[in-house]
Amino acid sequence: MTDEWRATRRRVRNDRRVSSIEVSDLRIVRGGYVVLPGLSVSVGAGAVTGLLGPSGSGKTTLIRAIVGVQVVAGGSVTVLGLPAGSPKLRSRVAYVTQAPSVYGDLSVRENLGYFCSILGVPASERIGHAVAAVGLEGYERRVVDSLSGGQRARVSLATALLGDPEVLVLDEPTVGLDPVLRRELWDTFHRVAEAGATLLVSSHVMDEAERCERLLLLREGELLADSTPAELRAQTGADDLDTAFLRLIEAGEGEAA
Amino acid sequence: MSLRITGATALRVLRQLRRDPRTIVLLLFVPALLVTLLHELFSDRPLVFQQVGGPVLGLFPFISMFLVTSITMLRERTSGTLERLMTLPLAKLDLLAGYGIAFGLFAAVQASLVSGLSFGLLGLDSARSPVSVVGLAISNALLGMALGLLVSAFARSEFQAVQFMPALIFPQILLCGLFVSRDEMAGWLRAISYALPLTYSYDALARLTAEPALGIRFWADLAVTLGATFVALTLAAATLRRRTG
Repeated sequence: MTDEWRATRRRVRNDRRVSSIEVSDLRIVRGGYVVLPGLSVSVGAGAVTGLLGPSGSGKTTLIRAIVGVQVVAGGSVTVLGLPAGSPKLRSRVAYVTQAPSVYGDLSVRENLGYFCSILGVPASERIGHAVAAVGLEGYERRVVDSLSGGQRARVSLATALLGDPEVLVLDEPTVGLDPVLRRELWDTFHRVAEAGATLLVSSHVMDEAERCERLLLLREGELLADSTPAELRAQTGADDLDTAFLRLIEAGEGEAA
Repeated sequence: MSLRITGATALRVLRQLRRDPRTIVLLLFVPALLVTLLHELFSDRPLVFQQVGGPVLGLFPFISMFLVTSITMLRERTSGTLERLMTLPLAKLDLLAGYGIAFGLFAAVQASLVSGLSFGLLGLDSARSPVSVVGLAISNALLGMALGLLVSAFARSEFQAVQFMPALIFPQILLCGLFVSRDEMAGWLRAISYALPLTYSYDALARLTAEPALGIRFWADLAVTLGATFVALTLAAATLRRRTG
């Protein structure tokens, strides 16, 4: 990697006009309730963006719309310049659901092998990389149901890494994992982003928010903040993001009242 | 649709089945046990066994593939793997055909075992080779599978999926002509019977094992069976939505 290339990458990354995900006036109604009344947001290319907010704020719904599995009532979602859910995006965008979505009655290797076949990538090489990236070496032959919850979540995550996706959308990928493992996974996310991919990671753990290059804060389907961790702290005068978010949410409630 | 993905899906479904040896044993040997019971039940009226034995061979794959498929597909829906698959470059047809190949192969083994037992040891006679009986049994299995895929969309739990069997399968077995021939049914029952797909696959099996020459009725029966399978699969494909609420 040359310095010049790095510099270009950094410029591209910091240029908010270059976005991988473009959401405009997105309106989503689920079961009669308006979850997103009209959300507009863009996610920059080649960075790790955190999606934060209290439970029920619409994080998962937004993520589902970005990967194209959510019925949308209005507005548009564009990913890599194409409408979300386009057939051409299916091998370029990877999605990890909140609950591990792998076959419990298959081994780790069988699961990953199946998804390699679907993506049309060489299994022998990719499985090794993906398993190493999530720290599951030595578990390849284990049946997924016999693994712990955190290990199952990592199998699900490994599945998303197989196809070298350009956009990786992760819904609470570190829930239930110990701090050491969480840090390792965040290192992995940053490595994947360094290699040029765009990551959107939802979380409700603030020390993870600290590791994102940009932060989106959702509350009741509205975008409360679109900023960097440093800017947020400065803006709210808080020392840590926990306090910053609380102040933002309280300020939002003050406005609403 | 891609051969690579269809093949990988079939292999994946078979591997999942392999992890559950108890289900395999039940699927393979319970039909043999039931046919033996049937044979013993009519031991002093061998004609009855000759009459119903052949068609009954085709019922087992129909019932078991309905159950296995509806539950496997329901798990795929509830575990989130279906949602993941729908975000990947996999055509719905890849998934349906993968299931079809896997369960079709399994049904072939199941039907071969129970046919081997019936024709070999229990003295069941057939107007045609056991191979053609196994072939029809596979078409019955695919019909059961297609119906199972379809109902999995309407079940929220495995408990509900199992209840669909008495609701959708038993009436077809009662009215297909096995217990009372269709000519002896009340008019309205006969009308219902003609609207149910199993009636035709039962009739095809009965004709295959009993009639020396296969007439147009047999081919019509077979066509209706395959047509019903196709319609159920098309409807099942329509329930596989890439986008959900």
